[in-house]
Amino acid sequence: MYKILAREDFSDTTFMLEVLHPMLAKAAKPGQFVIVMVNADGERIPLTIADFSAERGSVTLVIQAVGKTTREMQQLCKVGSVLYALVGPMGIPSHIGEVKKVACVGGGLGVAPVFPQARAFKQRGAFVIGIIGFRSKELIFWEDKFKSVCDELIICTDDGSAGIKGLVTDGIAQAMQAHPDIEEVLAIGPPVMMKFCAEATRPQGIKTMVSLNPIMVDGTGMCGGCRVSVGGEMKFCCVDGPDFDGHQVDFDELMRRLGRFKEEERRSLERWTSNSNCRLLQEEPSVSTHA
Amino acid sequence: MAKKTIRNIPQERTPIATQDATGRIGNFDEVALGYSDDDALLEAERCLMCPQEPCVAGCPVGIDIPGFIQSIIDKDLRASYDILADSTLLPAICGRVCPQEDQCEGVCVVGNHLEPVAIGRLERFIGDMAVAEGWTSSPVIEPNGYKVAIVGAGPAGIACAADMAKAGCEVTIFEALHRPGGVLTYGIPEFRLPNPIIDAEFQKVLELGVKVECNTLVGRLFTVEQMRDEMGFDVVFIGTGAGYPSFMGIPGESLNGVLSANEFLTRCNLMQAGEFPQTDTPLGLGRKVAVIGAGNTAMDAMRVSLRLGAEEVHCLYRRTKAESPARVEELHHAKEEGVIFQWLTAPVEILGDDNNDVRAVRCMRMELGEPDASGRRRPVPIANSEFEFECDTVIYAIGTNANPIIGQTSKLKLNKWGYIEADKEQSTSLAGVFAGGDIVTGSATVILAMGAGRRAAQSMKIYLGINDLEDMTVSDPERQRIFGIDIRQKRFSRVRLPAQVHSA
Repeated sequence: MYKILAREDFSDTTFMLEVLHPMLAKAAKPGQFVIVMVNADGERIPLTIADFSAERGSVTLVIQAVGKTTREMQQLCKVGSVLYALVGPMGIPSHIGEVKKVACVGGGLGVAPVFPQARAFKQRGAFVIGIIGFRSKELIFWEDKFKSVCDELIICTDDGSAGIKGLVTDGIAQAMQAHPDIEEVLAIGPPVMMKFCAEATRPQGIKTMVSLNPIMVDGTGMCGGCRVSVGGEMKFCCVDGPDFDGHQVDFDELMRRLGRFKEEERRSLERWTSNSNCRLLQEEPSVSTHA
Repeated sequence: MAKKTIRNIPQERTPIATQDATGRIGNFDEVALGYSDDDALLEAERCLMCPQEPCVAGCPVGIDIPGFIQSIIDKDLRASYDILADSTLLPAICGRVCPQEDQCEGVCVVGNHLEPVAIGRLERFIGDMAVAEGWTSSPVIEPNGYKVAIVGAGPAGIACAADMAKAGCEVTIFEALHRPGGVLTYGIPEFRLPNPIIDAEFQKVLELGVKVECNTLVGRLFTVEQMRDEMGFDVVFIGTGAGYPSFMGIPGESLNGVLSANEFLTRCNLMQAGEFPQTDTPLGLGRKVAVIGAGNTAMDAMRVSLRLGAEEVHCLYRRTKAESPARVEELHHAKEEGVIFQWLTAPVEILGDDNNDVRAVRCMRMELGEPDASGRRRPVPIANSEFEFECDTVIYAIGTNANPIIGQTSKLKLNKWGYIEADKEQSTSLAGVFAGGDIVTGSATVILAMGAGRRAAQSMKIYLGINDLEDMTVSDPERQRIFGIDIRQKRFSRVRLPAQVHSA
């Protein structure tokens, strides 16, 4: 059982959990992920590690409540409660090469997991440009954390309420213009975002690494559900990745495969929503009598 | 009593009751129901107690087979269990899943003339009895202070852990998944191996004092070298298995509806996807299922598909039934349950619809040519025989490769296919590190992995210089064999050899 030390809600859907696991905190490296189970009947969900601290003995996960399990986590995962399973770190750590200038791009859910990479590049002495995208100003989180490890931080919002108005690809364009010497771009976020980040850097041939997030079960190479096409070859994201050369990844295939259980996911969420509404209705009277 | 001969023993093998085929595809209950006391006695009488005992040599874990059968005849079932427990803590499991026809039963003297003694069924009978009665065979163990780490709670690891614990070592098994058992848990379905049986027999391993740490991915959380050099383990055994599924590399494998048997079975067995949405893991099984391959895993995937409501399940195999690597019993059960076999059929492409879902497999008919390296006749495509086979789910059961994680994270020497190099004694290129099971041999069977685990344990004891007989007491001092080890082997020193550990 893995105890939740802290929680912070960044928005209605996005929240951060800091979980106690000293060994994992010590072993984790940028780019790796964990698999979490909320309870014994739960599914195994992969989550990229957003931060880790050997001193605190903890790993930090940022979760977007979109499906049944993540919404359940949003409801159940409180400080002091426990996760049924937490295993990792999984995957090959990101290669933090000796580059002079790097852009670390995070969009949506990818903002958090790009942080450890930015920090690692900074520690290796690189000039780090952070490019992080949100829908609007209210949804911005970890701005200070990024500022502490980035030499330059570009915030992009869809509505222009903070930073530049536009997508992270606009941020990349701006950065590339100001810094023609960017040697590497690292992009984490929804597949469509990573796809366009890779397209943005392709003409200049700037090395662009992406962190993929396909459907997986075990995360140890056993099921092959996470297979992705990279340079025309089949790779298992969990043990061959999750970082791949963005110019080689077949993102369209990845997006199609992510829709594999769309129908089941919908059913599961509907069922859960109606059940939890029932529970709320049932619980209300008992709360009032005890109050 | 007159001496038993091939003429005066019961001529027919005692049949085992099975659930009727039409009823059983509606449930996950066990298919083979097991022997009654009378059945077991009758079958035990068929053993000639021949002096050669080829069955013992035919058993990868060296069970004293005539011994445990004799105890059945003597109606001392408890003694029979103790004899089994000397060599295996998992008789109820092995009695069900071992390919006995290739092992003990394959060399049984009775089998030269009649059907061999049903050793597997008798083993299961005693194993089930022990589970039902709660028998344990835990010795009093004198701790020797050595710490042993086992990587992987599958058959190889469990067998190795049991032997090392019996020798007095402090044993910890590290398992990456959230439940122990390895392929027993994620791979083999309920109707062949019920989960309560796995739990009950695994409990006996725990009773020996073995600790299990689930959710622990060795290699990534800590490395094999760290276990040995920093975490204080005197020896490490690696039994991580070969579960890295193969695909064929034909077009269409990324379509939705194409999955490996490993994924399919893991979703069903480990994650209980059959009960979705009561459980959270979806399965997405279609109505018409094509399974590629005809081994035991293919049979499992097909029979699970039928139970989960697939309307039609087809087996596509490029050779014929004669070359199929599945056990005869499995083929028989699959056929009985309604699997449609398409022999001499090789997929060449998987075709999708506009939604990126599978709609058909394009296949070629084959014929058998000259024998290949494996001695099986090579399938050769028949020209212009291509056809489309409509289906909505394609499950690959064509074997697995080495799991890469340990190789990625340690300096262990691997062979060119990525399996860990180990010698006859199961020692690897790293001093103090042993390996066995599928991660060394490639995909094999549960019992071969257990055999490797036991062999490794023997080598690990010699490596540590421990005597697992001295300073120990057993519940029954009368017994000639202690913990499966012949009393005559009693010659060990109890000395650590630090120089050897570090220089080797």
